[in-house]
Amino acid sequence: MSAIPPPLGLLAELTHRCPLGCPYCSNPLALEKRGDELDTATWQRVMREAAALGVLQLHLSGGEPAARRDLEDILATAAEEGLYTNLITSGVLLDRARLNGLASAGLNHVQLSIQHAEAGAADRIAHFQGAHARKLALAEQVREAGLALTINAVLHRGNLDAVAAMIALAEQLGAGRLEIAHAQYHGWALRNRAALMPEPAQVEESRRIVAEARQRLEGRMVIDFVAPDYHASRPKACMGGWGQRFLNVSPGGAVLPCHAAETIPGMRFERVTERGLADIWYGSAAFSRFRGTGWMPEPCRSCERREIDWGGCRCQALALTGDAARTDPVCALSPDHGSVLDAIAERAGDAVAWRR
Amino acid sequence: MSAAPSLAPQVRLRHDAARGQWVLLAPERVVVLDEVAHAILSRLDGRTTIDGIAAALAREYEAPPAEIAADVREALEDLHRKGLVRL
Ligand SMILES: C[S@@+](CC[C@H](N)C(=O)[O-])C[C@H]1O[C@@H](n2cnc3c(N)ncnc32)[C@H](O)[C@@H]1O
Ligand code: SF4
Ligand code: SF4
Repeated sequence: MSAIPPPLGLLAELTHRCPLGCPYCSNPLALEKRGDELDTATWQRVMREAAALGVLQLHLSGGEPAARRDLEDILATAAEEGLYTNLITSGVLLDRARLNGLASAGLNHVQLSIQHAEAGAADRIAHFQGAHARKLALAEQVREAGLALTINAVLHRGNLDAVAAMIALAEQLGAGRLEIAHAQYHGWALRNRAALMPEPAQVEESRRIVAEARQRLEGRMVIDFVAPDYHASRPKACMGGWGQRFLNVSPGGAVLPCHAAETIPGMRFERVTERGLADIWYGSAAFSRFRGTGWMPEPCRSCERREIDWGGCRCQALALTGDAARTDPVCALSPDHGSVLDAIAERAGDAVAWRR
Repeated sequence: MSAAPSLAPQVRLRHDAARGQWVLLAPERVVVLDEVAHAILSRLDGRTTIDGIAAALAREYEAPPAEIAADVREALEDLHRKGLVRL
């Protein structure tokens, strides 16, 4: 077995609080409460430990990271430590003054999510009146502040017919990058899967539209497309492999290999308040559990792709088979692949549980 | 093309001590630099032209300026296509 590399990226979920209610939200059903969140000084220590460990890219996310009034202080520490800083936000809690404050604290990049290209539909999905208009204004302010802008759109049955319009909107907003991602079924999205699941024809159409736009916009706007997991025959390398490239800290300080890992039963994830980040990365049982190839069952164990996709996503294996240690059923070689085909066929109604 | 090149906005050059290398950081991107790329990029200050950078490198590495200038131009044009450098 080769040596464990240091992590490249940290996803810091500062809070689970959020004024929006997106039914596709990947946050866990059991949201952490304000009173359980790490305090400012602890988050600042996490930033210093992450930088010392070799993290280069910091993603401040949540919930809505701007719901934390100390966002500026945490960000400033991260920037002083030389981390490249990305704020992942719904935008609704930010105004020009706060954004400029973040820019002077050292923010590099804003990733702003949109729900649709039209205000009415977007606000319905976000479950928040006026959200879309606020986002459009913020995108402009991000550019005026000289920050890099990514527009992020999560795709599902309710907005797939607007893919072309969302690409056009990102272009019009002057985004340097567009991340257009089919919903991954974790947390609230898993709960709402039947209502979010796209029609197969929509999936094909979205691929075609994105490929065409990529060509047309080359050199002007980078388009990163996250293909739908369930409509594939081989899984993605989830997080670039468990404990290989990324770590995630939850609002309460649990250190996770991915943001959904806490759903795996029987695992204990140590907290930044119990042990140093480096110790947890290199030495904890949780990070060792699915790192590398030693844990793999067949068909992964003898497969030539085992160090390419690392057997896929553990949380997806859990959601579809009840066992996180099986081959990701998205893989057509998995004996459980039928569970994915069943889930694709199970497209029912529009009723969703709003994330709260 | 005679203007002075610079890093694109919100692109950062830094040393990565944990891995003993120099990198360029940009949104969702980490570009590992070899010694030559680092030597070029560390001379981008928004004032020095490509020829100026090549002349300095030619002195430092005792190499023919014309050859170096072609390499510098090619490296910077490649980074420009990737959106990391302004020419
Ligand atoms: C959980 S959100 C938190 C940040 C902020 N509230 C927002 O929505 O932008 C983090 C990012 O994940 C995206 N996202 C949320 N649910 C997702 C899902 N089920 N699949 C893929 N991306 C998702 C969001 O659009 C956002 O870019
Ligand atoms: S995806 Fe929507 S509901 Fe979830 S945290 Fe972001 S804005 Fe809030
Ligand atoms: S069998 Fe396992 S390693 Fe091989 S392609 Fe499928 S998921 Fe990947």
